[in-house]
Amino acid sequence: MTPPTLAVWKFTSCDGCQLTLLDCEDELLTLAGAVRIARFTEASSAISPGPYDVSLVEGSITTPEEAERIREVRAQSRVLVVIGACATAGGIQALRNFADVEEFRSLVYASPQHIGTLATSTPISAHVAVDYELRGCPIDRRQLLEVLSAFLVGRKPDLPDASVCTECKRRGLTCVMVADGTPCLGPVTHAGCGALCPAYRRGCFGCFGPVQDPNIAALTAQLRACGLSEEAIDRAFRTFTHFRQETAT
Amino acid sequence: MDAFGLDGLDELVRALIADGHRVIGPRRRDDAIVLDDVTGVADLPSGWGVEVAPGRYRLHRRGDDALFRHSAGPQSWKRFVHPPRRKLWETTDVGFAAAPDDERRLAFLGVRGCDLAALGVLGRVLGARSRPFIVAVDCTEPGGLCFCASTGTGPSVGPGYDLALTERLDDTGHWFLADAGSEDGERILAAVTRRPATADEVAGALRDVTAAAGRMGRQMPALDLRQLLHDSRQAQHWNDVAERCLTCGNCTMVCPTCFCTTTEDVTDLTGDHAERWEHWASCFEVDFSYLHGGSVRTSAASRYRQWLSHKLGTWHDQFGESGCVGCGRCIAWCPVGIDITAEVAALAAERSGDDVDV
Repeated sequence: MTPPTLAVWKFTSCDGCQLTLLDCEDELLTLAGAVRIARFTEASSAISPGPYDVSLVEGSITTPEEAERIREVRAQSRVLVVIGACATAGGIQALRNFADVEEFRSLVYASPQHIGTLATSTPISAHVAVDYELRGCPIDRRQLLEVLSAFLVGRKPDLPDASVCTECKRRGLTCVMVADGTPCLGPVTHAGCGALCPAYRRGCFGCFGPVQDPNIAALTAQLRACGLSEEAIDRAFRTFTHFRQETAT
Repeated sequence: MDAFGLDGLDELVRALIADGHRVIGPRRRDDAIVLDDVTGVADLPSGWGVEVAPGRYRLHRRGDDALFRHSAGPQSWKRFVHPPRRKLWETTDVGFAAAPDDERRLAFLGVRGCDLAALGVLGRVLGARSRPFIVAVDCTEPGGLCFCASTGTGPSVGPGYDLALTERLDDTGHWFLADAGSEDGERILAAVTRRPATADEVAGALRDVTAAAGRMGRQMPALDLRQLLHDSRQAQHWNDVAERCLTCGNCTMVCPTCFCTTTEDVTDLTGDHAERWEHWASCFEVDFSYLHGGSVRTSAASRYRQWLSHKLGTWHDQFGESGCVGCGRCIAWCPVGIDITAEVAALAAERSGDDVDV
C-alpha cells in the first residue's frame, strides 16, 4: 500500500510550528515510514507534485498573493490541518488589525511602494475550509503526533476544548494565580500545551487562544486584582491570538 | 489512647514503609502544601501554616513547629485513589490486556475529617478498590474557608481510619495523641515507642477539637439542600454566578469527591498499537455534555447549575448522601473566588423571596 502523502506549507509565520515536525526526534523515522513527506521545504528542497493526502498549514494570510495561494493549497489537499497561533488566529502579526498598516508601512520601509500587504492578518479558516486546528505558539509536539496518528488510522483526533486549568490540575500543579497572585490566562485559554508555563511557575500567556465562550470580563477583574494595569491586560489578551477582538464583551 | 513525640511519628512512618506501604503526606512545594511521598518527619511542612480566602492561598511561617495545621491545599487524596490519568488497557499481539494496577499499598498520613469523609464518599462512588492505610489527624485549627462542622464531617475525624492522631503543642512539648481504629492500626502502632495518655491529656485534646467546630470560617446553610437545589432549577441566581464563573473547571478538579472521567484512545504512528486512557473530566468543559450534534450545556449558568445540583442535590438520590464534605478547596482554588456556601445562601434567599445579596 502506498503511504499517504504529507505536505507542509508556510504563510506568514516564523517557521517555529513546522519545525515542531523535526522536533519529533524519537518518532521522526517512524513518521517518515508511515507517510511520504512530499513537500517540506524546511527539511528538503525536493518537492513532489500534489494532490496531497494531508497538508499542514502554518502562518496567517497577510498578502493578496497568500489569499490566492491558500485556495490552491486547499484544492490540492484531502485533509487540511492548520498549525499554530498564526494559522488559527492570525498570530502576533494580527496586532496590525488594531492599528494603521499604512502608517507602519511608511515608517518601517525605505521604499514602502514595494510592499504589498493586506490591512489585516487573518487565520486560514477565514479563507478556506479547515479540517483540524492545532493551537499554540508554537504548537504542541504531542498534539501534532496525535493528529497525524489519528489521520493514519482514520479516527478523530483527541483535541479537547477545555481550559488550561484542567491540564494544570491533572498534572498536580499549584495554581500560580491563587497561590502567588501571578496573572494567568489559563482559565480562559484552550488546553493542549499540558500547562507548560504554570509548570515553571509562570502564568499562562494564552498562546493557545480562547476556549469556547471565555468569560473575559470575569478574568479581567481578577487580573486587575493581581495588580495588572489596563494596558498590561490589553496586551495580555491581544498578544498571541487577540482574544478581545474575537470575544469582545 | 496512647501518646508519642516527634520521634514516635518518625517511627510510625518508617513502620508503614517497612510494612510495604508507599506513604503519602503533606509537603511544602511550589508555595503550597501538596501531597507527595514522605519518608519521615523531616519531609513534613514543620512550622508552615496557610491563610486562605476566596481565590487566595498563601503560606506563612507559624510561631510553632506544627506539622498538620494547614487547610485546603491544592490537591486532595483523590489523586492517589482515583488518578488524574491512567491507562485502562492496551492492544497486544493477541488481543487486549488490562493495564496492571499499582500493587503497592498506599498509606495516607495527615487525613483530616473532611478528607476522610471524602474518601468514604469517593469509595462508595467508585466501588471496591484497595483501601489505603489511613493515619487521620483531628483538626484543631480550621481555616478561613472551612465548613466541615456544618456538613457533619469534622473537625474530629469520623470512622474509617486506621490510626487517628491529635497534634498537641503545649508546655510539655510537641506530641501526638493516638488512637487505633483497626487491627492494622493497632499492629502498626505497636511498632512505635509510646506511652499511655493521661485522662487529662485526652480531655484537653477533645476540648480543643470541640472548640475548633466554633471557629470555622464558613458555614453551609442548615437547610434541606437536596430540596433547595430541586426548587432552584429556574433560579435567576444561576445567571449571577455565570457572570463571575470562568468555567475553568478548577472547582471540580480540586474537589475531593468529584469523580467524573472521560476516555481517550491513543494509537501510535504505525497503527499497530492502541491504548485507552482514562482521565479526570469536568462538567465545566463544553465537551463534557457533548451528545451527537453538539453540547447540551453550553452556557456557564447551566454548567455551574449542573455541578452544584449534583454535588448537593442529586448526589443524595444517586448515592444516599451529599457530595460536599466542607473542605473549602473549591472556594480557595476558584481563580475568581466563587463561594459555594454563599451561592447556596443566595439560592435560599431567592427561593424565600428575600433580596439576593451576595
